[in-house]
Amino acid sequence: MHGFRIRSDPPKPFMTAATLPLRRNPPFRIMPGFNITLGFTIFYLSLIVLIPLAAIFLKTFSLSWDEFVHAATAPRVMASYRLSFGASLIAAAVNVVFGGIVAWTLVRYEFPGKKIIDALVDLPFALPTAVAGIALTALYAPNGWLGSGLEQLGIKVAFTPLGVVVALTFIGLPFVVRTVQPVLEEFEAEYEEAAASLGASRLQTFAHVIFPAVMPSLITGFALAFARAAGEYGSVIFIAGNMPMVSEITPLLIVTKLEQYDYAGATAIAMVMLLVSFTMLFAINLLQAWSRRRGQRLRTQS
Amino acid sequence: MNSTAIALPIVLDKPARVPSATTEPVWVKVLLMGVALAFLTLFLFIPLLAVFTEALRKGVDAYFAAITEPDALSAIRLTLTTAAIAVPLNLVFGVAAAWTIAKFEFRGKNLLLTLIDLPFSVSPIISGLIYVLIFGAQGWIGQWLIDHDIQILFAVPGIVLATVFVTFPFVARELIPLMQSQGVEEEEAALVLGANGWQTFWKVTLPNIKWGLLYGVILCNARAMGEFGAVSVVSGHIRGETNTMPLHVEILYNEYNFSAAFAVASLLALLALATLAIKSFIEWRIYRGAPEALQGENAA
Repeated sequence: MHGFRIRSDPPKPFMTAATLPLRRNPPFRIMPGFNITLGFTIFYLSLIVLIPLAAIFLKTFSLSWDEFVHAATAPRVMASYRLSFGASLIAAAVNVVFGGIVAWTLVRYEFPGKKIIDALVDLPFALPTAVAGIALTALYAPNGWLGSGLEQLGIKVAFTPLGVVVALTFIGLPFVVRTVQPVLEEFEAEYEEAAASLGASRLQTFAHVIFPAVMPSLITGFALAFARAAGEYGSVIFIAGNMPMVSEITPLLIVTKLEQYDYAGATAIAMVMLLVSFTMLFAINLLQAWSRRRGQRLRTQS
Repeated sequence: MNSTAIALPIVLDKPARVPSATTEPVWVKVLLMGVALAFLTLFLFIPLLAVFTEALRKGVDAYFAAITEPDALSAIRLTLTTAAIAVPLNLVFGVAAAWTIAKFEFRGKNLLLTLIDLPFSVSPIISGLIYVLIFGAQGWIGQWLIDHDIQILFAVPGIVLATVFVTFPFVARELIPLMQSQGVEEEEAALVLGANGWQTFWKVTLPNIKWGLLYGVILCNARAMGEFGAVSVVSGHIRGETNTMPLHVEILYNEYNFSAAFAVASLLALLALATLAIKSFIEWRIYRGAPEALQGENAA
């Protein structure tokens, strides 16, 4: 933890409170507990998160480059990346469209039961993934409530890649709704009134005034839903069927390698997933900073 | 003159036309509401309903038999124990981290914030894998653990560790924005008037953050009791010993004992519903007091 240089703690024993404000750049603080809380925070963070995560990097560095490439790009592994990332992209896109409509409906319209529906949008955050997994499988299985109807139309959902998309759509559902909702709530009616009084049709007002204001939050919601879906395990494994090369997601492949005591193989795949996650985290931080700046600019212009 | 007097009421008779510039036609409204409700019904309400109907398919007696058989009870006990250790640990951490970050200025604060959020961006499977790499037989200290006859992996300590990891950020990320918005004036006033650090925390800070704290704790608890992937990697799936409730659901399901699997799952679904109800209640409480208090809470 060399990155943390603490500027303003008063360690010198001969200093008195009276001399501190003159000698130090930040003013003397009377708030207690900085050293102990920062110390504990960094200690606990290192113990629980940083040192264990470093294990993946160290294990990866114990492999030769060829071993790493071989383990991380075998055909079965590549097929699992295509499924995990492909299905996550589709599910996040579905959530952008329908999550956007749900957010719009919840903010703009009044209807009975709205408060309860609003609260239930967070269900995928609160419901254990295994429960979601078996419930979706029971529904979309060929003899299930929804699966039997779809089967007659010739559509198979459970135990196919389409089932993976369904589970990942469920998991990502709250992200787009919850990022778009506050932006729509804060959006001032004056802009729409101005556009309308200048002769814009409702569709033009939506396309040129409302949509550009909401767009950054839609993209952020998409990225959050994608990032969550790519690593998802519990809700997917029941409905996926888990056939190698066809419906086997990357996290399941890691578990399979672990069960075969192939620690190196599991770690190489995990490393690829971690790099994707960290890239997504970085992108999401940039996106959120961008949409905050945009929001501020819109507000200061009014 | 006369004509305007007559024309005016006619114009005023049609104000209903004016707002249409900033609202949608009725058919668009109905269509959007229909699409939204159909989507939520298909992906949220029907799956939730399915959990309870499948659980009760073989009758109430079978339901209670499934949740009171010894393996189920032992899974419930392990889940409660795990949450009872993981949640308080992350609670203490959350308060300490929020105190440091919200009340003081120091270099590297943004890096620290990003690192605290890391467990949310890591796949649950990787959260379990890291502990296998450390404590497993081929791991860093695996041999030492075997020599000293200490069991961490495929035992309760491993399950607790994995749970602590996946629920790590919940309390901290609720408290940090809340305490940042409250500033330090009230604490400084208490300290100037002679209170010591603990008194200031208990009597000034804690009453200000209690709802945010409870909010973080119930979300942390829901995840701790429901975590599947990370716990599955480190558990070893020993029936009656290292099975948590979600793992027990998986075992029953894979044995085609569907109604028993859904019976245990329905307990977890009730936990989720209770969590959402308390969450909504706290949001209502906080919004009544300070509307800005719950910003930055989305995206768990």
